[in-house]
Amino acid sequence: MTQTQVQTVLEVKDLRTQFDTQDGMVHAVNGVSFELKTGEFLGVVGESGSGKSVTMMSLLRLIPMPPGEIVSGEADFGGADLLTIDDEALRDIRGGRIGFIFQDPMTSLNPVLTVGYQIIESLRLHTDLTDAERRPRARELLHLVGIPDAEARLKNYPHELSGGMRQRVMIAMALACDPEILIADEPTTALDVTIQAQIIQIVRDLREKLGTAVIWITHDLAVVAGLADRVLVMYGGQIVEEAPVNGLYANPQHPYTEGLLGALPRLDQKGQDLVNIKGQPPNLYAYPTSCPFSPRCPYVMDKCLAENPPLLDIGNGRKTACWWDMDNNRPRYGS
Amino acid sequence: MAAETVPASETAIAPNGDVLVSVRDLKKHFPIMKGVFRRQVGSVRAVDGISFDIYKGETLGLVGESGSGKSTTGRVILQLELATQGQVKFEDVELTETTGDRLRSLRPRMQMIFQDPHASLNPRMTVSRIVGEPLTEHNRSKGEDRRKRIDELLSLVGLEPKHANRYPHEFSGGQRQRIGIARAIALNPDFIVADEPIAALDVSIQAQVVNLLEDLQEVLGLTYLFISHDLSMVRHIADRVAVMYLGKIMELADVDTLYTNPQHPYTQALLSAVPVPDPVIESTRERVILEGDIPSPANPPPGCPFNTRCPAAVERCVTEVPEWRELEPGHWVACHFAENIHLVSIPTG
Repeated sequence: MTQTQVQTVLEVKDLRTQFDTQDGMVHAVNGVSFELKTGEFLGVVGESGSGKSVTMMSLLRLIPMPPGEIVSGEADFGGADLLTIDDEALRDIRGGRIGFIFQDPMTSLNPVLTVGYQIIESLRLHTDLTDAERRPRARELLHLVGIPDAEARLKNYPHELSGGMRQRVMIAMALACDPEILIADEPTTALDVTIQAQIIQIVRDLREKLGTAVIWITHDLAVVAGLADRVLVMYGGQIVEEAPVNGLYANPQHPYTEGLLGALPRLDQKGQDLVNIKGQPPNLYAYPTSCPFSPRCPYVMDKCLAENPPLLDIGNGRKTACWWDMDNNRPRYGS
Repeated sequence: MAAETVPASETAIAPNGDVLVSVRDLKKHFPIMKGVFRRQVGSVRAVDGISFDIYKGETLGLVGESGSGKSTTGRVILQLELATQGQVKFEDVELTETTGDRLRSLRPRMQMIFQDPHASLNPRMTVSRIVGEPLTEHNRSKGEDRRKRIDELLSLVGLEPKHANRYPHEFSGGQRQRIGIARAIALNPDFIVADEPIAALDVSIQAQVVNLLEDLQEVLGLTYLFISHDLSMVRHIADRVAVMYLGKIMELADVDTLYTNPQHPYTQALLSAVPVPDPVIESTRERVILEGDIPSPANPPPGCPFNTRCPAAVERCVTEVPEWRELEPGHWVACHFAENIHLVSIPTG
C-alpha cells in the first residue's frame, strides 16, 4: 500500500465507557486513545471482555444508554466530535461515512426484508442516487463482494443465504456509501475457515480498490497478521500495546502480548509448547488503580500494583503500557 | 499453576500399536420427515461410510468444517446415537450390537467432554454433585470415600477442593470446562471423546485446558478422539489426524505427514486457509481460495463429495466415488489423483 498523504481520519482521546449493572458498575473502557490514518488497516486484538467492541461501538454511540454511559472522551472525525454531535448528524455518519460490520450477519440483517431492499435503503438514506440508479448500484456492490448472480440474490431473504454469503451482503451494505472508515467487529468469527479465507481475500481486494480505512476487531492474532498495518492489543478495557504489525509479532513489548503469542498454537510449527497464562481475565467492577494484567503477569513488580502504567511511547511507532522494559530486562521508570 | 510450559506430546504412535477403537464403514443417516403423515422424504447423511482405528494411548484429531459430521462421528462411536450401518469395535466388543446392562457396564470406560461448558453442566447441581454423579451412578464409592475421590478429581484438574460446594455459574468458562473434565475422568475411563472442548474459550484459557488434557493423558494413560475445527490446535495436540468433509474422511495420516505433505486437495486447501500469527509468512503465502460453500448433507453431490469445490476436479470425480486407499503405510486418502495434485505449498517450521 502506498500512502501519499498521511492524514488522520479519526482521533480518539481518553474514551471511558461504563455500564451500570445489577452487580455494580462495570468499567468496560478505561481511557482509550488512538488514531486512525487515511487508508490504514488497524487491527484491534483482545479477548472477550477486553473492551474492544465496546470501544468501537461507543464511538458511534451504538451501546445501549442506559445502562451504558460514555463518561469521558473525544472522537474527532473530520472536525466533528462523534461523542457530542447531535443525533441527526450522527445518523448521517453511521452507515454513510462510517460503515459497520457485525459478527453475526443473521442478527444484523432484517429477516423480513429482501437483501436488495436493505442495500437500497442504505443508498436512499445516504446517497443522492435516483430511484433508477440505486438498483444497478446494489447489483454492482454484490458483484464487488464476489456474489455471483447478483440480480437473483437481491430478491433473496437473509435466511436463504449461507453464513458466508450473508457476511458478504453485510460488507456490501457497509461499503454502499463509500465510507471513509469501515469498522468490522469479528466479521469472520462465526464462519468456517475456508469461508473466512474467502472473506479476508475480498476485504484485501476491496482495500486495494477503494482505499477505505479499516478497523478490524478480532480475538485471533493470526487473522490480522496478514491484514493489518498496525495493531492495538487490548486488555481490561485499556490499550496495553500498540505497534506496527511486523514489530508486534516479532518482538512483543507487553507481557500480555508475549503470553498470547506463546499460548497460540501454530499451523506451521510442531511440538511447540503452549505457554500457560495463569489465572483469569479481570472482572472490571472497579476502576483500575493497578495494572490490570498484574495478577497474571510473570514480570510483576511492586510498582505495577501501586500505579497503573500509562501507554508509554517507546519509539519506532510503538507504545506499551508496562513498567517492565522487556528488551533490556529492567524497569522502565527511575534510572 | 505458574507461567510454565508443558511439553507437547511428540510421541507418534506406531501404526501397529494396540487398537482400542475400530470403526468400519460407519454410517449415520438422519431421516427427513414431511407432510401430515410424517413420511420420510430423504435423509441427512451426517456420517456416510467411514473407517479408521484409534490406537491405545494416542490422540486422534478429527477436523472438518461445520456440517462435516465430526461431532456425529464422536457421538455414534460412544453409542449416544445409534449407527445406521457399520461397526464400532471397542477392544473386542462390538458396540453397535451391545445393549442394556452390557453396554452400561462399558460406559465408564468411554466418556465425553462437551463443547459448551455452560450447557453441559446442570446449573442446579453443586460441583461436588456434578463430579460425583458418575461415582454414584456406577456404584463406585460412597460417603467419605466419595468425598475424597471428588477432592482428588478437582485437584487433578486444577480446581480447589474447597470450591466443591459452589454452583457452575460461580465459575468462569475455563474453570467450568475443568469441571466437565473432572466428571469425564471420574470413573477412570480408557477413552475420551473431546468434542470441540476449547471452542468456547478465550485464547489464553484454551492453552490452559489443552495443557491440562495433555497432562491427564500422560498421568492416566488416556486415549483421545479430539474433535475440533481448529487446525492449529490439532497440530499441537494430535498424534494422527483425520480430515472429514460431508460425512466422509478425505485423508488420514500421522500429524507431521498430514501438515507437511497433505495429499488430498481438500486438506491442502483447508490448511492454506488457516492464518498463521506471523506477518512475514502471511505476506508471502500461497493460498487456495475455495469457491462456494459446503453442500448440504441432505443432498450430497455424486462421486467425490468435494467435486463441487475442488479446483482439480475432472469428469471422473463426478461419476466415480474415490476409493479409500492407503498411499503409504498409515497414510490414507480418498482421491483418485492424490499422487498428482499439488495445489499449494504449506508453510512448515
